Amino acid sequence: MQVADTFYPLVENTCRDLYIQSLKLIPDDIVAAIRKAAARATKEVEKRILSHYIKSIELGQTQDMMVCQDTGIPIYWVEIGGDLRLDGKRLTDAIIRGTERATREHPLRSSIVSPITRENRQTSTGERIPIIHYDFVPGDKLEILFMPKGSGSENMSFMKMLVPADGVNGIKKFVLEQVVGAGAKPCPPTIVGIGIGGSSDLCMTLAKKATTRPLGSRNPDPQIAAIEEELFNAINQTGIGPQGLGGDTTALGVQIESAWTHITCNPVAVNMQCWRAERRRAKISADGKVELGF
Amino acid sequence: MTEADARQVSIGDSVYLDGIVFGVRDGNLIRVFDKGVKPPVDWRGAALLHTAPNVKKTGPGKYEAICVGTTTSMRMDRFTEALLRDHGVRAILGKGGMSQRTAELMKQYGACYLSVTGGAAAMETLQIEEIEAVYWEDLMPECIWQFRVKDFGPWTVGIDAKGGNLQQDVQVDAQKKLATILQGMGIK
Repeated sequence: MQVADTFYPLVENTCRDLYIQSLKLIPDDIVAAIRKAAARATKEVEKRILSHYIKSIELGQTQDMMVCQDTGIPIYWVEIGGDLRLDGKRLTDAIIRGTERATREHPLRSSIVSPITRENRQTSTGERIPIIHYDFVPGDKLEILFMPKGSGSENMSFMKMLVPADGVNGIKKFVLEQVVGAGAKPCPPTIVGIGIGGSSDLCMTLAKKATTRPLGSRNPDPQIAAIEEELFNAINQTGIGPQGLGGDTTALGVQIESAWTHITCNPVAVNMQCWRAERRRAKISADGKVELGF
Repeated sequence: MTEADARQVSIGDSVYLDGIVFGVRDGNLIRVFDKGVKPPVDWRGAALLHTAPNVKKTGPGKYEAICVGTTTSMRMDRFTEALLRDHGVRAILGKGGMSQRTAELMKQYGACYLSVTGGAAAMETLQIEEIEAVYWEDLMPECIWQFRVKDFGPWTVGIDAKGGNLQQDVQVDAQKKLATILQGMGIK
């Protein structure tokens, strides 16, 4: 199905909306998990911190306020329906323009700088930013999952090329050591995204992709799902708690994505997501219908 | 704040602030300490907040707060000594905790670290009455921000002037638990 010329401005507007809305509307599954953590908290400091989270979530929902100040690195996961016929260059340009317009029109803090000169163009864009991942799926829709990835949690990213002799136990140990070592810094309780396998670059991409899955979803491979469960329970026994001030909830979820790897390789990557786990999704039909959600 | 103010709180206490808080972070502290540029404000007795806000420009040098939140403090840890010793700072507000070295310096000089609730910036923003002044706008958003706050809190005392370091205590305890957890999982 060939898209009309109006499709690209629609993508641009949608990307602007996704960026702004993602900073204000915390996903339902995350809100439920934070409320559940608050209900079971016993320590005074944990109750206090979780009440601040809930208050800020509510201010986002009812007062149209940004929940956190970090506008993040803008990341788009784009799935293109195989039946859609569109111009990929125009699609990319529309996504970039939507990002810039969100920043200018809201206005949002531009958190993007040159790694060498630290120049900030005040547009939330720069060389290779926004980050756009393209994938192809069956169907005739364009699906965009946006995440404004905050730096507190992004700075807590860890990767290791383990060797086959380290086995699955090596993977588990590495993950637990990194999550405990990260402590308060990624704004716990976090979603711990884990990549297993692939090459080094794919492994980290999988870890990040894992953080975008809804809470409670399990990897379809039962062996991997069992590791998710085991690590989730282990991390929540560490007592790190919200803001690392101590408490019963340290992770909201542990989610793994995997790929096959080389005979000599056993890569593992950890990419953490802060307690807000901001994400927002849009489905755009070729005829111009837009559905927004988490 | 006076030295006595900073010395009277203990880790785990919840604290509110009224008055002036200066927003600082990577960019402006690197300019002060690595590039040797004198800060445009006097920080004696000051409370510093690790932040870079979202703002709307309303006139020359005038900004309205859209969202003011708190960033991870550990990145700025190496600046603590000079801030306390040479600039007389009495409180650092941030998130995620600071090092044992910072805790020792806070004990020596009489200062405290207040752990602001990271990510809960909407709540924090409502407690900021005004952005009174902005220095070094060329570093936007990493300028030095002068905020006037009212009932700013309740924030948790993370480091006190008695050597206490709450986030570090939790970390040490978590490392001990991790050893037991790994053992229970049969992992060496």
